[in-house]
Amino acid sequence: MSNPILETRNLTKIYGQNIIFKDINLKVNEGETIVIIGPSGTGKSTLLRCINLLTANEGGQVFLDGQEITAKNYNEDKVRQQIGMVFQNFLLFNHLTALDNVMIGLLKVKKMSKEQARQKAMEELKRVGLEDRASHYPGQLSGGQQQRVAIARALAMDPRVMLFDEPTSALDPELIGEVLGVMAQLARDHMTMLVVTHEMGFAREVADRIVFMEKGSIVEEGTPDELFYHPKNERTREFLWKITELYGKKEKEQSATA
Amino acid sequence: MTEFFEFFIRILPDLMKGAGVTLLLTAEGLTAGFILGLSASLARTYANKFWRGLAVGYIEIFRGTPLLMQLFLIYYGLPGLGITFSRGLCAFLALSLNSGAYQAEYLRGSLLAIGDDQMMAGRSIGMSRVKTIWYVILPQALRLAIPAWSNEPVSLLKSTAVVFLIAVPELMAKAKSIAAQTYDPIGTYIAVALVYLAMVYLLDAVLRWMERASRIPGFEMEGKKA
Repeated sequence: MSNPILETRNLTKIYGQNIIFKDINLKVNEGETIVIIGPSGTGKSTLLRCINLLTANEGGQVFLDGQEITAKNYNEDKVRQQIGMVFQNFLLFNHLTALDNVMIGLLKVKKMSKEQARQKAMEELKRVGLEDRASHYPGQLSGGQQQRVAIARALAMDPRVMLFDEPTSALDPELIGEVLGVMAQLARDHMTMLVVTHEMGFAREVADRIVFMEKGSIVEEGTPDELFYHPKNERTREFLWKITELYGKKEKEQSATA
Repeated sequence: MTEFFEFFIRILPDLMKGAGVTLLLTAEGLTAGFILGLSASLARTYANKFWRGLAVGYIEIFRGTPLLMQLFLIYYGLPGLGITFSRGLCAFLALSLNSGAYQAEYLRGSLLAIGDDQMMAGRSIGMSRVKTIWYVILPQALRLAIPAWSNEPVSLLKSTAVVFLIAVPELMAKAKSIAAQTYDPIGTYIAVALVYLAMVYLLDAVLRWMERASRIPGFEMEGKKA
């Protein structure tokens, strides 16, 4: 087995008295899509934020390409250029057009020339199918379009790994498909992705591995087949049963319209 | 009525000289106050304990005491410590320090409203804190601040009247001497009121234009749904 591109060792996060998660060991290989599932409040989102250092950890290490990025004095701005992130609420820069949202990192962080940055940003917008919306402001775009711009913004930095924090949870049902479509294409292009989501259809079809987290620890991980059809753990079985019950109907409707 | 009109025309050139000084004091105080206020609001929102404490102290002291007292302390008090400034400089210092404290609070409000989310978004693409504040948070916070901040230029314009007490030749000082010369205080002060009203009206027009020009398409901050 090759060396993992991203690895957490005993990663632990504590807020005051609350243990958010403890001793998380996760390995992500290059080109892999890993989906993290689990009940709300089990620290999945916080885990992503600890991985790209947006939140400090209370123990453990994170390695990117074998380098410990949690080491003291490691340049965290450099780390975040290599680990892209997509948020639940899009978090586009509201005062900038779609194109400028994608360009700003290229200009101010990568110090590209304006012309180069524009070209690259347009390519990324094309990749998410929004080149014709380049001059729109976030307030003029639908939620699904905003999220795709946010994906383009992260991709523009040429990250080694992409983190998705419930990217479709804030979307109207009819807009979820376009975002999942872009993500599935990314997975086919062998982008390394770590995705927190409740979209079980996406998890089953796109994930190479699924990680089931509950109460701050990893309960079980395996291929979609293993988890969906042969879960070893009783809790995994219960959770998946509940969530397919909840979301199954919606997915059927989606696939019917797709 | 025609009598007043003739009187008004007669004293207008003198009043305009005073009004010029008033506008200059307002512009200077507003600009210096903006720089001070912006620094103080950024320090209070983002800086470490030391700078935050300094900013809070400055804001509380200058918002919590009368402008006139601040002016007198600078003009009459500082010479006691061996520091003497010209009248004009004293007026400028008092007005900018006072305005800065108010502007800091207007700006801080909108910095907080833009919030941690935009900071996180900026950091997530590898921008430093400072860059995120400069390129992401400030452009939005300044726009957001305009409606509330628009009170400050108008309020400051009228506050400049107090500096006539240290004999800076602005509009009120002119008015006082004209009233004494013409023995017509009522006519004089009504004329002065009209000049102040005209200045405030113009200022308001400029501020409304600023608000319109800085609007972000599709991003209606006032019309935001609850």
